[in-house]
This record gives sequence, C-alpha cells and structure tokens, in this order.
Amino acid sequence: MDFVVAQILTGLSLSSILLLVALGLAIIYGVTGVINLAHGEFVMLGAYCAWLLQSQFGWSLLASLAVIFLLIAALGWLIELAVIRHLYDRPLDTILATWGLGVMTQQIVRLTAGGELRYVQMPPSLSGSVNILGATDSAYRLFVLAVALGLFLLTWCIYRYTSFGLKLRAITQNRAIASSFGINSARAYRLTFAYGAGIAGLAGALISPLKSVSPEMGTTYVVDAFMVVVLGGVQSLVGTLASSAVLGEASGLLAYYSNDTIAKALVLIAIVIIIRFRPQGLFAPRVRA
Amino acid sequence: MNRNRRNFLKAGAAAGAFSLVGFPHIWSKNASLAFAQDGEIKVGVLFSLTGTTAIIEESLNKATLMAIEEINADGGINDLKITAVVEDPASDPATFAEKARKLVLSDRCVSVFGSYTSASRKAVLPVFEKQENLFWYPTLYEGRECSKNVIYTGAVPNQQQDDFIPWLVEKFGKRWYLIGSNYIYPKEENNYCKKLLEGLGAEVIAEEYVPLGHSEFSSVINKFRSEKPNVIFSTVVGDSVVALHRQYRAAGLDPATMPMASLTTSENEVAAMGGDAAAGHFTSAPYFMVFDSPENQRFVDAYRSRWGGDKVTHFVSESAYFQIHLFRQAVAKLTAGDIGPLAIREAVKGEEYKAPQGLVKVEPENLHCWLRPKIGQCKADGQFEILTQSADWLEPNPYSAYPNQKCTAEGLKEV
Repeated sequence: MDFVVAQILTGLSLSSILLLVALGLAIIYGVTGVINLAHGEFVMLGAYCAWLLQSQFGWSLLASLAVIFLLIAALGWLIELAVIRHLYDRPLDTILATWGLGVMTQQIVRLTAGGELRYVQMPPSLSGSVNILGATDSAYRLFVLAVALGLFLLTWCIYRYTSFGLKLRAITQNRAIASSFGINSARAYRLTFAYGAGIAGLAGALISPLKSVSPEMGTTYVVDAFMVVVLGGVQSLVGTLASSAVLGEASGLLAYYSNDTIAKALVLIAIVIIIRFRPQGLFAPRVRA
Repeated sequence: MNRNRRNFLKAGAAAGAFSLVGFPHIWSKNASLAFAQDGEIKVGVLFSLTGTTAIIEESLNKATLMAIEEINADGGINDLKITAVVEDPASDPATFAEKARKLVLSDRCVSVFGSYTSASRKAVLPVFEKQENLFWYPTLYEGRECSKNVIYTGAVPNQQQDDFIPWLVEKFGKRWYLIGSNYIYPKEENNYCKKLLEGLGAEVIAEEYVPLGHSEFSSVINKFRSEKPNVIFSTVVGDSVVALHRQYRAAGLDPATMPMASLTTSENEVAAMGGDAAAGHFTSAPYFMVFDSPENQRFVDAYRSRWGGDKVTHFVSESAYFQIHLFRQAVAKLTAGDIGPLAIREAVKGEEYKAPQGLVKVEPENLHCWLRPKIGQCKADGQFEILTQSADWLEPNPYSAYPNQKCTAEGLKEV
C-alpha cells in the first residue's frame, strides 16, 4: 500500500513541476499564438532571482516568491512591448526572435552572475518530510504540488469567471471581430504575455531548491513544457493539466520499473505515436481553426 | 584517374614520412628547429575557458599557470624560461583536436597540458600519437587506455576504490546500490566496483544509469527508500550530482545509515550544491584541500593569494599543479639540445615529486602516477574531514577491471 502511495506521490510531484513550467507556455500560446522559445529562460531567470534575493539580501524563498512573479512578469511585459507585438501573425519570425532572446538572456546571465552552478536553500519550515498513508514524501515537494494546483485554479478562474477572461476567450476565437467590438486586444495580449512569463519565473524559483541553478537550465524545461502542451492540445488549459499528470505519472512509474533513461525514451515514443494519430492533442477544443 | 590518385597518395605519404621522421631526427640540433631556443621552452595549455565545462577547467588552467609562474620565478629550468601558449578549446572535443594540432605543429610546443573530460582526451589523442608529442592529463578517469604519448597524473579506478570499497563494506554493509550518469566513465568505474564487491561477498542490488544532465531523481530516491541499500555508490556527474544530493536531503534520507559514496564529488561540486546537502557523504581521492602537509599549505596559500581568497583547490587542480613540476624535473635532466617530447617522456619515467597530496611517482610502464588515496567525509562547511589514508602509495593499474590485459611500456599486452 505504502509503495502505491509513494509511487503516486512521486508521479504527482513530477507532474506538478511539469504543470508549473508548461502553464505559462500554454497560456501564451493559447491566447496569442506565439511559440515562446525563451520560455525556459524565464524559468531560469526566476531561479536566478531566488538565488540572488537569498544570497545577497538574505530573503527566504517563500518571502521572495511574489516579488519574483512581479519581476519576471514585468520583464515579459517589456519584451512583449519591445519585440513580440511587432511579430504577431508571423509565427516563424516569433520563433526566431524568442530563440534569439533566449540565447542572449543565457549569455547575459553567464556574464553577470557567472557560469558556476548555484543552489537555493529550501525554506526551513518545509525541509522535513511528511507521512501520508505510510509513505514518506518531502514536505517541499508537496508544497510545490499545492502551489501548482493553486496557480492552475487561479488561471482557470480568471479565464472562466472574470470579464478579462471573457475578453481573452473572445480574442482567442477571433481577434479581428473581438477588436471591432471594442476589446483592447493589444493590452490583453501584453497582459497575457506578462502573466505567462511571471508564472514561468515562479516555476523557476519553486524548483530551484530541488535542482541546480545554471544559465543553461532553461533548455531542458522548455522541451518538457512543449511536450506537455503538444500532448494536451494547444488551446486547452484542462489539457495541460491532464497531460502533465499523465506524463508525470507515466515517467515516474516507468523510471521505477526500469530506469530514467528508458523512461524518457518510452515517454517520447508514446508522444510521437499519439501525435501521429491525434495531431490536435488529447484535449483540443472544437472551435477555431 | 585512379592511378594518378594512387601515385599522388604515395608521394604524399612519402613526403609525410620524410618530414615527420626524417627531419627532426637529422636536424633537431639545428637551432631553428630545436624545441628549446632563445632561452625559452614552449608548452601548450589546453583547458576550456568557455562552454559547459569551463567552470572546472578554469581552475585547472589557473593551477597550471601558477606552477609555470613559480618555476619561472625560480629561474626556469636550467636557465630556460617556460612560455605557456594558452588556447581555449571551448568545451568542444572537435575544437580540442584542432587547438592541439595548432599547439603541436605551428607553435611547436614540447608538451601540452590539458583537458578534463574523457571525450576531449580521446579527441586529442590521435594528434599526439601521430606527431610523437606528449600530452599531460590531470583528471581522474576510467582507465582502460594505454598511450605512449600521454602522462596521466590523475587517479584510475583501482587507486580510488581499492581502499574505499572494503572500508565502506565493513563500516556500512553489503547491500550496494550503483547509480551513475549514462556514459563510459561510470560504467567502467562500476565494472571495477562490482568486481571488488564480488570478492568481498557484497551484493549489488541495483545498477542504474540516468541521462547526462538529468535533474529529477524522485523515482531513484523512491527506490532507495524501498530497497534500503547500505551504501549508494554514485558516479553521477555534472549538475545532476547537485540535483541528486539536494533531492536526497529534501526526501529526509539519512547519510548515517545510507551514505552516498563518490569518486568525483570534490570541494568544487560541494560548493555548487551547498555544504548542507553534501554533509555526511563520502569521497575517495588522492587529495583534499584540508590535507595537512607543508606542501599543501604552500599550494593553497599560493593559489588563494594568486587567484582570490575564496577559491577552492581540489584533486584535479592539484594534479594539474604537480604535473608541471614533474615536467620541470624531467626537462632539467636533459641538455638543451636534446629537449623533445620523447626525451621528456623517457626522462619522466620513475620521476618522484613531493606534491601537496604527498610523494607521487610516474610509473615507467604505463605512464600513470603512483598516488596515495584518502577517504574524506564531507562536512556542512563544504570541506572534507580526512578519515583514513592508504598505508602506502598505490600502483596505477588502468586495466584493473580486465585482469587479462596489461598496459606496458611497449603498449597493451594480453596476459
């Protein structure tokens, strides 16, 4: 019994990290159609902010989360203003531009913060482990899971129940017609981009105590995030939630029965097969081409 | 067409053979072609200053340059100054080969000191073997190599494991979990480890490899929990090792009952993961920064005053440092006109030097070094506590996992 619980918890922990990283990407792509290859760098910058605030100013990780969200969101806002807004409806150019931004960000961090690996101290209150139905799990991993679910709920509620969300859904269906009804789509896009970037920064800060912090760390996360979004269906928030759950549990289980190398390969093969037969992803909405 | 091409190749081969074999032999005393001229002797320094492995290789570059400066400040070698030609191979094996060719052919360096990863060493090997030059490699590595053109000053598996494995079995127990990154180094180390464990009657309950750069160890840690090994033998490298240690600690596992034993976790890696995550785990290495000897005191002080008070020295930078001094001793035995890569190789055979880790010696047969391995336990302040030291220095045996093969001065022999 405790083995089953431990395995489910491990899978959930993997899923929560995938969800955190993919959520921002899914929002940005779903609303604006921009494939943001610099997403991994937002994650990396979030982790570096956590490291900087902790090592230079002595802030604990929990206290700095809100600040990190705002900082990275502001950065996303600026990038949208300076670069992205000129490139809407030019998918190839946005891919190239965001990729270039990502490379530049990596090198700027390498030049200013240095290339050595960094680490972020776990909050002392969460550094213990918790017993759930006979299985032990790290309190911090459970905390990350809770935050990921909380952020997902918040995003979903904004999307579903606020007037801003209503406007977003209208723009997603047809930007031109929504604009003709007086919706300020440029502002909505900018806020969406900033919000997606902020969530990515938060993801980076939250995973930094578990992983190592380095200028290249974003690259692996952006690949994972794309897997989640493509599998879940690109315009579906629920799809992102479901596919990160499926991918997390599957790779946790496969890694337990074989090893992480084989798990990674099998999960990728499974995604290739699914995309072959269901190119729109698992949870594609029926509207809009 | 075909015949022309064949003739052309023949002519080229003949010219090549003449220029490689004929020229230096006949003309090496000629001032314009001798390796030592104008009161200086050129050596190549080939460590990555940019790219993924730059962090660690930069420290090797610094230790190398510091040793060269020391020797020059001391009057050089028989009044010859050492001139270092520094190249940056940018953490890329192909660039390593290209820069090595440049150092050997156009700069005419008499030796090249460099490289950290096995991949980059394998990439430069053909250059040194073809040009009959000499490469000095400071890193611990997986063994199973027998080149007449490389001086290996880092440890091979038997030197790090012969004392370490029995000590751990006795202290913690016989159920072992082997976890490594998925490439050649961990597999070769594990081959030897399994051989030792079998001899000790210990049991390998799992042998597992994760992809290079892997950073999610929760499934692995779940297996630690359910299998309850006595020792986790970790050959995980790079940023993965940081993730493994931090997640091990977050999971609340206890190093006192299930320690991780590593051959690669040095002061450098500990600084990257934080002392709290490394505390309690074990490393076997010929050198630790805290090692108490007058030579090491001098080395650490010189390193910090030259490069900054917060810098750490570790077992690879120590080898990078002492191999320059072995080079000096070998060159000092030669007259200026005789100085050349092969003469240096012959002169360094059996040479001894009092390094920061203690006395080291170059084994004449396989050009690896006799070293004195130590077992260290990491403390929360990021330094190690040295628990034991091998009673005697240990002979290097790069084929320790393959008893029917032996590396000799004539090359690899089947026995």
